Amino acid sequence: MITRITHAVAYVLDQERAFDFYVNKLGFTVVTDAPMGDEGRWLTVAPQGMPDFELILTPVTRSMFKETSEALKDLVRKGTFGVAVLTCDDIFATYEELKAKGVEFTKAPTKEFYGTEAIFKDDSGNWFSLAQLK
Amino acid sequence: MSSQAYPRMYLYRRLVQAKLFIDMHYAEPIDLDAIADEAYFSKFHFIKQFKSIYHRTPHQYLIHVRVEKARQLLNSGTPVTDACYAVGFESLPSFSGLFKRVTGMSPSAYLAQQQDLKARVAEAPLTFIPGCFAHSRGWIKK
Repeated sequence: MITRITHAVAYVLDQERAFDFYVNKLGFTVVTDAPMGDEGRWLTVAPQGMPDFELILTPVTRSMFKETSEALKDLVRKGTFGVAVLTCDDIFATYEELKAKGVEFTKAPTKEFYGTEAIFKDDSGNWFSLAQLK
Repeated sequence: MSSQAYPRMYLYRRLVQAKLFIDMHYAEPIDLDAIADEAYFSKFHFIKQFKSIYHRTPHQYLIHVRVEKARQLLNSGTPVTDACYAVGFESLPSFSGLFKRVTGMSPSAYLAQQQDLKARVAEAPLTFIPGCFAHSRGWIKK
C-alpha cells in the first residue's frame, strides 16, 4: 500500500532564479541537478531536515506544457499555487533571516490556534505557509 | 507590508545579523568576540541566546558552515587542500578531523564518492529521472 509522498512539484518561471531562491535564500539543499537539454534541468531540492524528500522545481516551458504554458505562467505569477506548509523551530529568527535575504512576506508572523504562522512568496509567485507549530 | 513589532524583535535582529555575518565571512579569520560585542551586551548572553535559536554556539556554527562549504567545494571536484584553505581552516589535519566528525567520511573519501556519482549521472542521466516524467516527455519509448 502507499506509504509516503516522496516528491512534490512547484512550477517555476525561471530555474536559475528559482535555484537562487530555494538554495541561497531558503537554505534548501540540492538533491539532483541534471541537464535535460531543451527542457531545462531536472532540478530538485529539499529542506535540510528532509533529505529523502524532493521538491521538483519544474520550469513552465512551451515544450512541456504546449498551449497551456502561457496560462500556467500567468497562474503562477498571480500566486495561485500554495505549494506547501513549511515548519521551523523559531519563526522570528527564520522570519528575520528570510527578510534580510529579500524574501517577500505577505503575512508577518501571527499567532494562530495551531502556532505562529507567516506567509511568503517565492521568486515565481508561489506561496508558502511558514509555521512554528505549538 | 510594514513590519510589525513583536516581543524581543531587536534582540532577534541582532542575533540574526550575527548569524548572517558568519554565513558571509566564514572564509575569513572571524573574531567571534567582536561579533558578540556588536550583537549583545555580554558574550555569555550572546552565546546562550545564539545557541537557543541555532542549537549551536557561534563557534560550533562557524565550524558547521565551513565544513558545509568545504563539502560543496569537494562536490564540484575541488582538491581537498584547496577546499580546506578556501573555507577558512588553517590546518589540514584539523579540517580533515572536523569534516569526518560532521559527515562521517574523510574529505578525500567524500571527494572520490562524488566524482564517481557524477560519472554515473553523466553516463546515464535518465537513471536519475523518474520514468513517469521521462515517459510523458517522450524520452522513453515503451
